[in-house]
Amino acid sequence: MKDNYVIVAEGLTKRFGEFTATDHITFNVKEGEIFGFLGANGAGKTTAMRMLCGLSIPSEGRAQVAGYDVATESEQVKRNIGYMSQKFSLYNDLSISENLKLFGGIYGMGRKQIKEKTHTLLTELDLIKEKDTLVKLLPLGWKQKLAFSLAIFHEPKIVFLDEPTGGVDPITRRQFWELIYKAADNGITVFVTTHYMDEAEYCDRVSIMVDGQIKALDTPNALKAQFRANSLYDVFLSLARTATRSDS
Amino acid sequence: MKQFQIFVQKEFKHIARDTRTMMILVVMPVILMVLFGFALTTEVKNSRLAICDMAKDEITGKIHDRFAGNRYFTLTAECSSVEQVYEAFRKGEIDIALVIGSEFSQELGHTGAGSIQLLIDGSEPNQASTRAGYAQQILMGFAQEMAEKNGRSIPYNIVSTTRMLYNPQLKSEYNFVPGVMGMILLLICAMMTSIAIVKEKETGTMEVLLASPLPPFVIIMAKLVPYFAISCVNLTTILLLGHYLLGLPFAGSMPVFLGLSLLYILVSLALGLLISTLVSNQLAAMIISLLLIIPTIYFSGMAFPIESMPTVFQRVSTVIPARWYVSAVRKLMIQGVAVKYVIQETAILSIMALVLITLSLSTFKKRL
Repeated sequence: MKDNYVIVAEGLTKRFGEFTATDHITFNVKEGEIFGFLGANGAGKTTAMRMLCGLSIPSEGRAQVAGYDVATESEQVKRNIGYMSQKFSLYNDLSISENLKLFGGIYGMGRKQIKEKTHTLLTELDLIKEKDTLVKLLPLGWKQKLAFSLAIFHEPKIVFLDEPTGGVDPITRRQFWELIYKAADNGITVFVTTHYMDEAEYCDRVSIMVDGQIKALDTPNALKAQFRANSLYDVFLSLARTATRSDS
Repeated sequence: MKQFQIFVQKEFKHIARDTRTMMILVVMPVILMVLFGFALTTEVKNSRLAICDMAKDEITGKIHDRFAGNRYFTLTAECSSVEQVYEAFRKGEIDIALVIGSEFSQELGHTGAGSIQLLIDGSEPNQASTRAGYAQQILMGFAQEMAEKNGRSIPYNIVSTTRMLYNPQLKSEYNFVPGVMGMILLLICAMMTSIAIVKEKETGTMEVLLASPLPPFVIIMAKLVPYFAISCVNLTTILLLGHYLLGLPFAGSMPVFLGLSLLYILVSLALGLLISTLVSNQLAAMIISLLLIIPTIYFSGMAFPIESMPTVFQRVSTVIPARWYVSAVRKLMIQGVAVKYVIQETAILSIMALVLITLSLSTFKKRL
């Protein structure tokens, strides 16, 4: 096991009764990488991601995140990751700065550190004037960017993004990916699930899950070559057609 | 600990910014107390009384004066026949009538026992039984005094035969206040807590919290703190209103009463927690919590006496937390009994709290 792998999964499996949501998946993610985790609805992406975040205990196999075992050291895992859920995950009835203060506090940041970081962050996002605005009054695109900034506010080693750009227009999605690149430049490993194949092209490497198993894993270009396809979209389609599981 | 503090602050902000919820939490107990309380007390004070004295001698004259001078009764009519009394009832001029037969004083002198008839408008059962109680008390007091004055060792026995008009199967209902307390606390703790937790599930923020290093136990505790605090405020409001506005007696030990109430609050919070682990949206949480109110009203003894229920329902009532709380509060508040008489209630509520908390924490963890 090489040192610069921040996520190592070996035969990771989750069963719910008879149903195997995630079926023996094995993969590694390098430090600073943007790793795209693709799959149709119900392919087992979210289940896998929840296990990696320490939210759900694997039925079989093991995984290390930031050097800690997800099953036995979930608290250390959680300390070193950021997480942005599928649903919009800020508090609508709190202001921007209150949200930041809350999450900074939860991750044990000091008051002064929170204040400074809030200032830097809001200046970067050009939201300093909206500091005390309640989040529910912001447009969706801003909220999404804010949610991402919040997920990396405590400077985690890895950030998990679960379909972060659902329902957002292409321009905002582009801006959102600029934020992701910036985070990766700062050394944060990004683990992202998505439905958008154009977004998958932005990733360093992508894996494609079908029926709980990883059917392909490589750089976008290598995958296209392997499947003799023009785009990742075609690669995805040819794999997804083999699925037996229906949309859950 | 600092994380916990930040978290509790956040919970208070949620509540404070939701004006509607805030209003429900603070104003509802007051409204309920005033509604239930006044429905019970106001008119009982000025009961309109008719006296039909057919004897008109010294003794009956004294009885007449006693009632006329009593602050609970207002003498509104003097009738010479029972027909006139019924007529006054029909017209709605009086609430209660005292009918004294012409032989009353003679009987009392010879046998030491006399009978007087009380006629009461039973259409408002609560007040009717209270009025009957007052009248009987006055008569008993009078009989005792007369015996002392005449040097009799056996007191005179004035038998009052009470007849309820319009509602003969008068249901005995006790003071509503303990029941209202049980209901309000349950409603606020269980409903508000479950909604607050489920809301985070619904919006997806719960996932984010669970993915943070905060232990689930801390998340839950922080959720409970504000509602615990609000319940304590409600408890105080109810007590103050009950005592100063409704003139409720407070006979028992205050610390024991408070301890018991805190225990009941804990049970209700745990119930809310359990609901929140079982449902996934706010509407369901609200409906289930409201459903808790029905058994609380029917089986807590608040509206219907448990002793007169069929055995099956009596068994059902044993699992209703409010039953034990209401029973203990009645004993403490109204009867003013010693602590040892509420040990059973305390023990049962403690067990309930323990079971509910264990159950809800384990289901909460399982859902992860």
